[in-house]
Amino acid sequence: MNTLASGQSVQEPIERHILSVIVDNEPGVLARVASLFSGRGYNIESLTVTETQHDSHISRLTIVTRGTSSTVAQIRSQLNRLVPVHRVIDLTLEGLFVERELCLVKVAGTGEARQEALRLAQAFGARTLDATLNSFVFELAAGSDAIERFINVMATVGLVDVCRTGSAATTRGAGAV
Amino acid sequence: MVIRALQDQGVKHIFGYPGGSVLPLYDVIFQQDVIQHILVRHEQGAAHAAEGYARSTGKVGVVLVTSGPGSTNAVTGLADAFADSIPLVCLTGQVPTQLIGTDAFQECDTVGITRNCTKHNYLVKNVADLPRIMHEAFYIASSGRPGPVVVDLPKDVQFATGTYYKPENSSHKTYRPGVKGDPERIRKAVDMMAAAARPVLYTGGGVINSGPKASETLRALVKATGFPITSTLMGLGAYPGDDDAFLGMLGMHGTYEANLTMHDSDLIVAVGARFDDRVTGRLDAFAPTARIIHIDIDPSSINKIVPVDLAIIGDCGSVLEDMLAAWTGGGKTANPSLKAWWKQINGWRARNSLAYKPSTEFIKPQYAIERLYAATKDRDTYITTEVGQHQMWAAQFYKFREPNRLMTSGGLGTMGYGFPSAIGVQTAHPESLVIDIAGDGSIQMNIQELATAAQHNLPVKIFILNNEYLGMVRQWQELLHGGRFSHSHTAAMPDFIKLAEAYGATGIRCTKPEDLDGAIEKMLNTPGVVILDCIVEKLENCLPMIPSGKAHNDMLLNDSTEDIGSVIDEKGRALV
Repeated sequence: MNTLASGQSVQEPIERHILSVIVDNEPGVLARVASLFSGRGYNIESLTVTETQHDSHISRLTIVTRGTSSTVAQIRSQLNRLVPVHRVIDLTLEGLFVERELCLVKVAGTGEARQEALRLAQAFGARTLDATLNSFVFELAAGSDAIERFINVMATVGLVDVCRTGSAATTRGAGAV
Repeated sequence: MVIRALQDQGVKHIFGYPGGSVLPLYDVIFQQDVIQHILVRHEQGAAHAAEGYARSTGKVGVVLVTSGPGSTNAVTGLADAFADSIPLVCLTGQVPTQLIGTDAFQECDTVGITRNCTKHNYLVKNVADLPRIMHEAFYIASSGRPGPVVVDLPKDVQFATGTYYKPENSSHKTYRPGVKGDPERIRKAVDMMAAAARPVLYTGGGVINSGPKASETLRALVKATGFPITSTLMGLGAYPGDDDAFLGMLGMHGTYEANLTMHDSDLIVAVGARFDDRVTGRLDAFAPTARIIHIDIDPSSINKIVPVDLAIIGDCGSVLEDMLAAWTGGGKTANPSLKAWWKQINGWRARNSLAYKPSTEFIKPQYAIERLYAATKDRDTYITTEVGQHQMWAAQFYKFREPNRLMTSGGLGTMGYGFPSAIGVQTAHPESLVIDIAGDGSIQMNIQELATAAQHNLPVKIFILNNEYLGMVRQWQELLHGGRFSHSHTAAMPDFIKLAEAYGATGIRCTKPEDLDGAIEKMLNTPGVVILDCIVEKLENCLPMIPSGKAHNDMLLNDSTEDIGSVIDEKGRALV
């Protein structure tokens, strides 16, 4: 029989889900969401948040999580229990969506490695934000997989620093989330 | 402004303890007489008293404590109320806003600490927000799935003046719990119920939280359908415990008939119950042939532990009413197989799983509860319990016939809950008989509240089943740890008679079965607080029991011949 508690019988596949969570931008709301995940043992792969509607003080969180479909359903229900949460949208279930992440990558080096870094950055479509005689800071906005690949190749040409924003995502088509 | 808001919310009693950062509020309390303040002796006691008050009345319980240690002491009570869905508003003092974050004297991050053990919490930084937050706090605590709400009040905000307004409408911009169940799903549920050959109703605390009307409707539904009904610990009393349709409590220490009925059923109708691990036993063997209908006001309870076939989100009372209307209005009748099902259930019932070996030498704890029930069942009685063996014996042997009559810590399992809770109940029902059924271990966890009961003339009766052990711990050590009773023997037991007398209460001791009825009569007829120290059989185990990691149909019964120390395997041992 199919059961949900962890460690029991049938194994459901682990899936990656992107949740958009619309919340009142009030003090502590991020702590509420984050401690819900840690307190109940859910995963957060990335989390971004900023106020998106200034006049009504509404923020939008984009959370990337991993879990079985029943775990993710439970995450949605638990998020909906939080008083400042307006609604939770599972973009992965809504249909097609676009997802982008921004990363800043710093490489240091001289000579051939430095040139190779620039060539690779151009191949990935990254912008150069800062350049010195022995370093670059590149900016790449892309899907998380592309960013992973970009960071992996940069590691071979003098990677010294990485900063990533985590995913932002919305549905395709005319409908608002 | 805070006290004014409490008055406008209809608050008559608050439970609290003063301190530096709530002095402005206490000054206002001093100058009014609408709200009566009950001075506890420890903030945990205030929270449990408010829980007892709330659970026995259906109203919101109110707590007032100071900052720092005042609020941290209240945390156990808040977590308890959160686990059992009890509506509380807890006002905590806080250091002045300009001192927040400076490690000021008696400062702690109250909203941070209580975030995960409250339904919601607030730090009020601006007096302009105060009236809205006060009214919202009551609305959130009492609506939907009830729960505790903390309002943290910096001292400067308490002193500040601002524009007060009365509670206008009970709405919130994001929080809007639904009440009515989806009619289409209710129709479908009723069809499933009519078709079921082996149905069972499994009801919980949600029915009680929904109000007395829900219990009435539940009774009517059981009558109309003829279905057997079992209940969780939190749901006891929603359906009369002495009625034939009632199978007794289910779960770890539930009856044989309740658990086997669940296990063999083909339809479980869960009403305001959450498939707690104490109820389900081994999950992959839980009710293998049953389809499940789950009625709950909290969508997060659905499919959390057990996948269900039909979920109805709504208030239990409202959904039960619609179900009853659909059943009678639709001219539904139960499946003819119900008769055979009852025959089978009555066969299990004949096993008499609550039987115990009587003794003329020692007082059996089960016998003690039976005699207490016999002596109090025709009186206006409220029962609270602590946590442990005595709690389970109370649930098994005390037949609750009305809702809101049992106050017990179910979800969190808080020892020390029962006595302060009884103080809260007695505050709400000054003329009623309020008894805390206690163990010798639990009662010592909030024994200081004897002074509260004495000061406020709250004649709570404390019925201690004294076996000189932390009995449930000892039982588990016998089951799981080779009988090595590590720290479960409570040596240096206080003399409860002298202890009672020290607080101006009356103490009675009873050691012989033949003296028990007289001792209970004396307890009931003595005015004021009474401790009845009932010395019971020391090594009695609480049975029947579904051992950890076992299924409903794998119960340990009182007359089992198996060696009790060998029934739980390695895997079960790791479970709680």
